[in-house]
Amino acid sequence: MNVHDSHRADDRHRALERVMQQHRLRPDSLIEILHAAQRQFGWLDRDVLGLIAARLRLPPSLVYGVASFYHAFRLEPPGRHRCTVCTGTSCHLKGGSRLLQQLEQHFGIACGATAPDGSLTLENVRCLGACGLAPLIVIDDEACPHASFGPVVERLTASLDGEDTSP
Amino acid sequence: MNDILFRHNRPDRAVTLDEYRAEGGFQALQKALADLSPDAVQQTVIDSGLRGRGGAGFPTGKKWSFVPRNLPGPRYLICNCDEMEPGTYKDRVLLERNPYLLVEGMALACYALGVERAFIFIRRGYELAAQNLKGAIAQAHKAGFLGSAICGSTFNLELDVHQSAGRYICGEETALMNALEGIRANPRSKPPFPAVKGLWGQPTVVNNVETLSNIPAIVAHGPAWFKALAATPEGAGTKLFCVSGHVQKPLCLELPIGTTLGEIIDTHCGGMRAGSTFKACIPGGASTPYFTRDHRTVPLDFDPVAKAGSRLGTGGVVVFDQTTCMVAATLNLVRFFARESCGWCTPCREGLPFVQHILERIEAGRGEMADMDILREHVHKLNYAFCALAPGAMGPVEGLLRLFEDEVREHITGGKCPLGN
Repeated sequence: MNVHDSHRADDRHRALERVMQQHRLRPDSLIEILHAAQRQFGWLDRDVLGLIAARLRLPPSLVYGVASFYHAFRLEPPGRHRCTVCTGTSCHLKGGSRLLQQLEQHFGIACGATAPDGSLTLENVRCLGACGLAPLIVIDDEACPHASFGPVVERLTASLDGEDTSP
Repeated sequence: MNDILFRHNRPDRAVTLDEYRAEGGFQALQKALADLSPDAVQQTVIDSGLRGRGGAGFPTGKKWSFVPRNLPGPRYLICNCDEMEPGTYKDRVLLERNPYLLVEGMALACYALGVERAFIFIRRGYELAAQNLKGAIAQAHKAGFLGSAICGSTFNLELDVHQSAGRYICGEETALMNALEGIRANPRSKPPFPAVKGLWGQPTVVNNVETLSNIPAIVAHGPAWFKALAATPEGAGTKLFCVSGHVQKPLCLELPIGTTLGEIIDTHCGGMRAGSTFKACIPGGASTPYFTRDHRTVPLDFDPVAKAGSRLGTGGVVVFDQTTCMVAATLNLVRFFARESCGWCTPCREGLPFVQHILERIEAGRGEMADMDILREHVHKLNYAFCALAPGAMGPVEGLLRLFEDEVREHITGGKCPLGN
């Protein structure tokens, strides 16, 4: 870690501490604090979970239990780009499940996994609550309604190619 | 017909507070605070026949009446907007178009219940809905419809929005309370019921977004008016139906409760999409047994749908055409429930993956005749799970075995999916 990175890490810890203080370190604010931690760090590693447990005076097992229970919390670093395929019933009817299989094959990543170079995470969700737009895909928080294989691959490939790869 | 919930809608954006007020918004709250006692508001809701729109259809006024009068300490109202049932998106549409109905409805409910702090539990991913709602709460505060001494009365109310961390089981009301308390959303045992001992051990009522959004119109126009909106004599009010799947125009619409399935599809959704014929549908969200062609004349209201062997549920109608393999569709639904099982009780945690495995086997052409009996046994036995998730998950499986037995049999005898999946 260089000096710049460690400053940034300090800022993030300070921001997290501020949120915990806002909640007066109340144990029942755990979920809000996990949300805040993930906003700062992008995901929740063991150190952050341990820190939160210590500050809220909760057993680390309880904090890990909550963090691993809810879908929102990531316990592994996500890829730089994210592709989420809805496989809810309406999207399934319109080909969402097939689309997911095709994307798995095309990018060589299993659903739920991240490419070895950290460029892309492929995941699925069961019903995003926009069933009229089936099949629905979300790429980096942007919804792509009525998605089909060709355009989605094009979109993703463009995002991956457009990455700033300089160190 | 947009009588209550979609009455103030603008085509492309959320209604503003000024527009809502110009069309009669917040008059019901002002009227109640000036002229009606909390008990009178509760009685109005009881008389209206309003039933919970979150899926179970429990009479709303009756639910309120379970809260004991004289327990010390605070009591809470929670609005359940953890809409995660596949095929259901009505609460999102409602909040994206008119969050003020919910704010006013919650204020009236809290007045009737003696609640001074209420929560809205909104699902992860409903960013626009949450943003609209927070904006509406801030605006209502400024205009004096929330906060202290509302409209010059002695009634105080604060509304808090909590964004869920995402888990289907949070829609179960006791699990939802655990989630609000910051722990894993496992359901709690009942009794004690939430109305007596709920959030932080205090009396708590949990109502759905659509349910609460109906309250202002009921208070403004009275129970008789509300009842007359229904398409059936025994029904009350309107219902949001969100239609998706193989129809021409998938959309969310407000119709008299008791409108038939055939009318919804043919008149309001432009019929089936080109080349499609109707095979089956889910009438009310992922946990309800299928309807077939024979059910197209059933009025979509709680009792008629129950009599026809399914549940009105959330009103999320997913339409399947002739190309849909019912085993694969059921498998898709069961996978959802197996993944969303909270793991608290064994029948659900172990039973649902087992049912999923059997359906996978049948769909892949490796099923055996005995599998159908195993599935039937599970439809029966998963009723003994701790909460309603596992029985709900078996709804589509029950429907599959009752209505599409031949199709399941064809998978087994033919050794493959007859639709080529």
